[in-house]
Amino acid sequence: MSAQSTNNPQVLNEPVPEDSVALGQPEAVLNERFYYASQSELVWWRFKKHKLAVAAAILTIILYLTAIFANFVAPYGIITRWGMRQQEPPTPVYFYREGVGITGPFIYPVTRKADPKTFEWVFVPDKTKPIPIQFFVKGEPYKLFGIIETDIHLFGTGLGNEPVHLFGTDNLGRDLFSRIFFGAQVSLSIGLVGVLISFLAGIILGGLSGYMGGVVDEIIQRTIDFLLSIPTLPLWMALSASLPRNWSVIQTYFAITLILSIIGWAGLARVVRGKLLQLREEDYAMAAQAAGASKWRIITRHLLPGFTSHLIVSITVSIPAVILGETALSFIGLGMQPPAVSWGTLLQDAQNIVAVAQQQWLLIPAAFVIITVLLFNFVGDGLRDAADPYSR
Amino acid sequence: MLAYIARRIVTLIPILFLISLVSFIVIQLPPGDWVTRQINQLKLSGIQVDEGEAMRLTKLYGLDKPGGERYINWMKGILLDGNFGWSFQWNMPVNRLLVERVPLTMSISIASLIISWLIAIPIGIYSATHQYSVLDYVFTFIGFIGLATPGFLVALILAWVIFSSTGFSPLGLNSNQFLDAPMSIAKFLDMLKHLILPLLIIGLSSTGVTIRVMRANLLDELKKQYVITARAKGLRELGLLLKYPVRMAINPIISTVGWILPGLVSGEVLVSIVLGIQTTGPLLLRAVLEQDMYLAGSIVMILSTLTVIGTLLSDILLAVMDPRIRYGGVSK
Repeated sequence: MSAQSTNNPQVLNEPVPEDSVALGQPEAVLNERFYYASQSELVWWRFKKHKLAVAAAILTIILYLTAIFANFVAPYGIITRWGMRQQEPPTPVYFYREGVGITGPFIYPVTRKADPKTFEWVFVPDKTKPIPIQFFVKGEPYKLFGIIETDIHLFGTGLGNEPVHLFGTDNLGRDLFSRIFFGAQVSLSIGLVGVLISFLAGIILGGLSGYMGGVVDEIIQRTIDFLLSIPTLPLWMALSASLPRNWSVIQTYFAITLILSIIGWAGLARVVRGKLLQLREEDYAMAAQAAGASKWRIITRHLLPGFTSHLIVSITVSIPAVILGETALSFIGLGMQPPAVSWGTLLQDAQNIVAVAQQQWLLIPAAFVIITVLLFNFVGDGLRDAADPYSR
Repeated sequence: MLAYIARRIVTLIPILFLISLVSFIVIQLPPGDWVTRQINQLKLSGIQVDEGEAMRLTKLYGLDKPGGERYINWMKGILLDGNFGWSFQWNMPVNRLLVERVPLTMSISIASLIISWLIAIPIGIYSATHQYSVLDYVFTFIGFIGLATPGFLVALILAWVIFSSTGFSPLGLNSNQFLDAPMSIAKFLDMLKHLILPLLIIGLSSTGVTIRVMRANLLDELKKQYVITARAKGLRELGLLLKYPVRMAINPIISTVGWILPGLVSGEVLVSIVLGIQTTGPLLLRAVLEQDMYLAGSIVMILSTLTVIGTLLSDILLAVMDPRIRYGGVSK
């Protein structure tokens, strides 16, 4: 935000006070805004033009909000079981009723019966008794953020014995829809926390490497080479398998996050170092040095703003890798352990192809993972185009 | 050329050392060693184990020695005798377990890479020569999806789609009736049928990358003057395309191997677990779950080493194909 004067190459060769806006007078008034715009404003303007990226960003934010408010969005609790409703397919929601016409959404109550021939469970709807779906309905009590006590849920039937299972239920009769949103809390947050750790490690080690040079640089560079050149999954598997099984959910969560970031920092560190070395040679950095600015000031005031946008892009595109890492590890049973819920642990039920053939809805968490990863990629693509406003 | 290769091999040494060190750390990591675990299990099932027996087992497996000594012993065994240690879980040498599976993992990974090139390079050429056409957009979109979607989830979904629509289970390497059958043409065909899905899925992200790189490179090359000159001289479009710009555009694809290969091997491990193909993937999973750490560490080490060597080979291949790199490399 404070980088406007340093980003315009015209003024750099003059040893002017850095904070004064000594830009050449723009000829057209129309262009004035462009010339005076800060780096972040320019990035924002360009990003806004990228419709797909904006849409993806909005959807991503919505996804994160639903995870934050999972208690409210989910109609039922994380371990609530429906005794007679195991392996129930998704409840169909209707908007049209014969004789009545188009109505609000409603469902039919179902009863589970054994098919006399195949002995499979079949769920028979009772078409005579429609149950309307209500919004902001009273349901199971919960504590929002662990503080605010309430029992209002986004939607539900309001009836304790006639639940609505939008995504069906699992083998224990737990509502998959609810569990996906509770799972999102782990799956989505691990991406952010993991990247935050990688980012801190990457910026410190990458900065050290670029700043100190010499032996330190050499050691850090070889470590980065090593981390980037080996297949990560086998290492992740071995590391996470060595976590004690009796650890609490929180402990496992942070341990898994750490394991995933052990490798993630390398890519970021490489970006930081490369950019530092490149920008150090720029005219404006030299100019600042000639003007007598301290090293710290040059780095924080002149170099950092020059590559924050690149950092943001790198961060955005490395979030999905962490999310996928957690999903993969939990999926094969090495990540989060039940009763903790994440998209990976939910997908464990889908490991058996025969079970999936009968209960296709068990694959719904996979759709959430793929959509999330795609969204981050779209946002990252838009940011990458926007990050360099002077490029075109 | 030789100097270039020698230089690359020297830079490999610290990486190989780090790989061996990390693999050994992996072996040491689990709390408690295999012997204490085994004894606890025996006790749980009601069998009395006396201290002497425990001591004997600990001594037998050398678990009482300090870490550094064990690392040196382990490395000595590998480098001098090619002995990777003992698998407690299978009760046989790690080598015997890996001798079939490591080649399988590597051949599946490499085959995936080659297949992804066979698919992606023609698509990239088409996209570049027909820029902004409908098919270009379609291919770019497919490439993007391929780049972003995780292979193991695609494997999960496709396995279900194939199973429920055709009744053919793409799991494993052979159908049940061929499991114990000797190699025959029918068994081979059956194996190919099982291999198509994993090969395509493992190569998915590499296909996405290659389409992108190929398209971008070729677009750059097509703008250059030598292409116009060649056209002006009356060369036929297809011959010209394949002979000059495509050759130029393919070189950078070889250089992407370095950062595609690690992901490819990871993908192979995971997809094999999902699809039940008996490569190193399922073996590693069982090993880490059972804390059979010599096996797990060896797999980590072998896969990492082979990946690094694969990258080295691709660098050498690039130098062979592109004289600028080989001479530039030497003069520096």
